Amino acid sequence: MIDLGPHAIFIISSYVGAFLVTAIMIAWVWTNSKNQQARLDDLQRMGIYRRSDKNTPDIAEETK
Amino acid sequence: MRAFLIVIGRDLQLAIKNGGATLTQLIFFISIGVIMPIAIGPDKQILADLAPAIIWIAALLSTLLGLDRLFVADHEDGTLLSLHHASISLTSISAAKIISHWLITALPLILATPLLAVMLFMELPQFLATITALLLGTPALAALGAIGAAISVTLKRGGMVAPILILPLAIPILIFGVSAANSFAGAQTSSSAMLFLGAISLLAVAFAPFAISLALKAAEE
Amino acid sequence: MNANKMPSTNKPKNWFSALAHPGVFLGWSRHFIRPLIFLTLISFAIGLWFAFFNSPPDYQMGETVRIMYIHVPNAWLAQMVYSIMAISAIGSLVWRHPLADVAMKAAAPLGAAFTAIALFTGALWGRPTWGTYWEWDGRMTSTLVLFLMYLGLVALWNTFSDQSKGARIIAVFTLVGAINIPIIKFSVEWWNALHQPSIISTQGLSMPAEIYTPLLIMTLAFSLLFFTLHLVNMRAEIFRRRANTLERQHVIENAQASAANNGKGENK
Repeated sequence: MIDLGPHAIFIISSYVGAFLVTAIMIAWVWTNSKNQQARLDDLQRMGIYRRSDKNTPDIAEETK
Repeated sequence: MRAFLIVIGRDLQLAIKNGGATLTQLIFFISIGVIMPIAIGPDKQILADLAPAIIWIAALLSTLLGLDRLFVADHEDGTLLSLHHASISLTSISAAKIISHWLITALPLILATPLLAVMLFMELPQFLATITALLLGTPALAALGAIGAAISVTLKRGGMVAPILILPLAIPILIFGVSAANSFAGAQTSSSAMLFLGAISLLAVAFAPFAISLALKAAEE
Repeated sequence: MNANKMPSTNKPKNWFSALAHPGVFLGWSRHFIRPLIFLTLISFAIGLWFAFFNSPPDYQMGETVRIMYIHVPNAWLAQMVYSIMAISAIGSLVWRHPLADVAMKAAAPLGAAFTAIALFTGALWGRPTWGTYWEWDGRMTSTLVLFLMYLGLVALWNTFSDQSKGARIIAVFTLVGAINIPIIKFSVEWWNALHQPSIISTQGLSMPAEIYTPLLIMTLAFSLLFFTLHLVNMRAEIFRRRANTLERQHVIENAQASAANNGKGENK
């Protein structure tokens, strides 16, 4: 690792802070996306489809 | 034009008939003026220096206080829906609403300002500058407030949302308002701040009716 | 009508509305997620390598210039995301396009996060450079106001139960905010010039190529990160709306079925 000089603590904490916020943001987007897909899948398993999806199997398939 | 005046007249009549809300707001405005010296301390010089800022904050907060009732009653009893079919456009009605909102909420505060000026030991030139700044700046506050009220009109728990949304947008008004009121000793910044304040008010009052009518149309669909 | 939130029988008029139809969007956007993730990771790897191992300390700022490599990209994104929301707001108001609503909603929390990073890293840069975490400097104050506006928008989205009605009302507010941002920026700078002698200045700082390179690559990396997350978030929002609509339909159908059954039972 290179020498960050006398202000290393500021540099490291800003990188760590930015990383944490980014990580939380990515985790939130990811779980939200998974949750919504899972809800749609559950509904489809119960036999509830969107009317238009029956004629367009390629979109219906995609949420699997 | 007649319909325009009728809308304003109706709002004023309603406000006079159930004047409780305007009175509450006025008491709130004066209460801030009473509370501030207690928090800051009775030092004459400090209070006089801070007086314009205190009056502006009191004016800003008390205009935000009365926001939620601006369109909600009209929305609930269906007046808003029937105004869609009025002989004048919803945009002109929104403009009329801004004017009546200013008359009902901002004007009483400005009239009560002398009371605060005495409690805060303001000098006469400072007081006159503050009153002028309030007269120039409150139309913009009323216009922004009406936008906030139009946005939150259908929200059941919208009472707090409008102030939160409007507060950041009101920052320029606060900045120029306090500067205009502060530099009363004929400084150059005073006149330029007054001009900016007037410009912001003109812009806000000119553009707000369009935003309000768009939001109201979306809300009534 | 709520059930028609995603009109699926629209006849696409041109290539753009064909691609922007929510169902079609779900189809093509799926193929972009993985390449975008890949590109984001690559550019972060290159950018961070440059930022830490292949760039010299600035002759004025010293090593703290490395904070700039995350601060500047996020400050840029804070404004770009709002512009994207404002453009989507126009799309939502003028063409009433459901995808524009979705783009607007999906961007707001991301913009808030990027603005938060910009403020946080700015404070940490300010301490060693200016000797203070916070200064009521024009640029910092207007970024803080922008952050408050993002939070207000996120709060506003959460208070609307009818999201398609909410979308157009929120679009109005987003545009009002967009008109106000330059006014706020100007007034805050004027106010700052009035109250403070300008000790602080970000002008006059040198920008040699060795510092430009990591800055540009990191800006690209963070922008790619935003585009990836925005795409995934938009898809999630479309899924959420579809699931909500289906659940509502299901409840209605069930109620109708049980009402019919009850009716039969009473007749017997």
